Amino acid sequence: MKKAVSRVYLTLIYIFLYAPILLLVVFSFNDTDTKSRTVWSGFSLRWYEMLFQDRMLLEALKNTLIIAVCAALGATVLGTVAAIGINSMKGWRKKLVMNVTNLPMLNPEIVTGVSLMLLMVFVANLFGISLGMGSIILAHITFCLPYVILSILPKLGQMDPHLYEAAQDLGCTPLRSFFKVVMPEIMSGVITGMVMAFTLSLDDFIISYFCSGTTQTLPVYIYSMTKKRVSPEINALSTLLFAVILVLLLIINIRQGRMGKKEEKEADV
Amino acid sequence: MGENPIISLQNIGVSFDGEAVLNHLNLNIRDGEFVTLLGPSGCGKTTTLRIIGGFVRPDEGDVFFNGKRITDLPPHKREVNTIFQKYALFPHLNVYENVAFGMRIHKKSEKEIRKTVHEMLEMVSLSGFERRSVHRLSGGQQQRVAIARALANDPKVLLLDEPLGALDLKLRKDMQVELKRIQQTTGITFIFVTHDQEEALSMSDTVVVMDKGFIQQIGTPQDIYNEPQNAFVADFIGESNILDGVMHEDYLCEFAGRRFPCVDKGFAPHESVDVVIRPEDIDVMPPSEEYLTGTVTNVTFKGVHYEIIVDVKGFKWMIQSTDYQEEGALIGLRIQPDEIHIMKKSEYSGTFGDYSTFSDEMEEDLASSEEVEREE
Repeated sequence: MKKAVSRVYLTLIYIFLYAPILLLVVFSFNDTDTKSRTVWSGFSLRWYEMLFQDRMLLEALKNTLIIAVCAALGATVLGTVAAIGINSMKGWRKKLVMNVTNLPMLNPEIVTGVSLMLLMVFVANLFGISLGMGSIILAHITFCLPYVILSILPKLGQMDPHLYEAAQDLGCTPLRSFFKVVMPEIMSGVITGMVMAFTLSLDDFIISYFCSGTTQTLPVYIYSMTKKRVSPEINALSTLLFAVILVLLLIINIRQGRMGKKEEKEADV
Repeated sequence: MGENPIISLQNIGVSFDGEAVLNHLNLNIRDGEFVTLLGPSGCGKTTTLRIIGGFVRPDEGDVFFNGKRITDLPPHKREVNTIFQKYALFPHLNVYENVAFGMRIHKKSEKEIRKTVHEMLEMVSLSGFERRSVHRLSGGQQQRVAIARALANDPKVLLLDEPLGALDLKLRKDMQVELKRIQQTTGITFIFVTHDQEEALSMSDTVVVMDKGFIQQIGTPQDIYNEPQNAFVADFIGESNILDGVMHEDYLCEFAGRRFPCVDKGFAPHESVDVVIRPEDIDVMPPSEEYLTGTVTNVTFKGVHYEIIVDVKGFKWMIQSTDYQEEGALIGLRIQPDEIHIMKKSEYSGTFGDYSTFSDEMEEDLASSEEVEREE
């Protein structure tokens, strides 16, 4: 009895969680002329076709992808360097830097967005330029950084610190030791961090909205679409976005699962 | 063994966070020697090793290698290789690639690499393990790979930082013999760090006993054991009864309320000294006026011998004897002149040598707490 109740409860939770997305996916294939989002009138791919003929939308998609790639790469490079620095700190200094690093993650995104906009506008005025791709990329690197650092730090903590010294002992310069020995050890953390930064950047709306100037990113464009008219195109687009994020999430989870298994195996031996 | 030092540390001083770790350390190591740095944890032995390896830069003093100053030379340019405490094998490489690592960095030909790797693995009895992942090796095997990896670089000096610490007793004994054999066949200078006095005595040509950042004594294992410089060395190396004494004149000393003839000389008349008598050097006799007499308070069977604690007028002596003594029995202790070793007074006087607080449990506690420290 108890078991049945808990099953029902769980089912309800998942229905609440996923029903809206399911509805979205279903209606993205809806064949309708009235642009109604609630009446099902047959299967069609027309909204997807329309989507890919929309010049503005493709432009926004291109921007979003460029931004996400740049932000992921930038945040990963900076984050890796920062993680190594933080890892070698000790005592209260380490705690302080960790807290300062984590704060932006807890900070309301709207506050981060407004503050970044103020900074960007200030700097842009200073140099006589306007907000655009550059400012969005910088903003995205900023808010992705803590996530990258957090995914690399545990890997560094698990690593035997003598590995780096051993490589130097065998003739590597410090830099070469890092790439030959430390990088392979923390690679999984670096990749997880990069994928995370990529997805965060891809679907970010609030911060992009404040820092984009006239440049359109996909989430910002979708938002502006809802203001003008309500079109099932949005359903199609959202479905695609959802699918991309889902795939990336699956990749991260499968990677982590594999690593967990690998470690278990090693522990067994 | 060459006469010129291959490594020379001159007046080295190091402090971490304002705390002095090494003070005015001078040490010369000859080519081809097996030198052991021995001391309790925190004595500065690992720091000394890391200075030679180039991982710690001394605040003062200089390091010389074959007469050349190398104080500022980074680790990758030094002709020494290190075997780290937990081996530090590269987990993403297999056994072959681990051993080949140094040679690849030095751009050796593939043919030469293959030849050397096979030679090295053969030397450490790991032939056939080339493709094995290092995760799938036992502790002893990882240890051997670490040795092979270091020796493949053809170092002039090999630094070993407590390399046997993580192995169990049986394996440790085997590896001691193995390391000694490798050192003798290759003729490479070994500098070995350990806190295990037995390991130090059985493997080394020269033992350097350290404590609190100072060298306490340098000598052959026999010297260190038979002629300890002060109470610290006497206590750290083996078991010792250490008593307050007075050296009345050459060859005559007084301790435990009696005068004894001895073989030491060169002290000021009536100088206060520390007297060391090793537990195995004391003969058990029937009680008589001739000898010190005391009551047996504790007997422990140790396999080879019994460890007997005897109370003589409040001072607890330790005696090692193959004959069993009844607890509570009255016995005499015979001490021959050449079993008595006289030491100058030092800062350690009075801190060691009485077995009144002695118990096996305490020693085990100390051993395990040291274990924990090393883990960190």
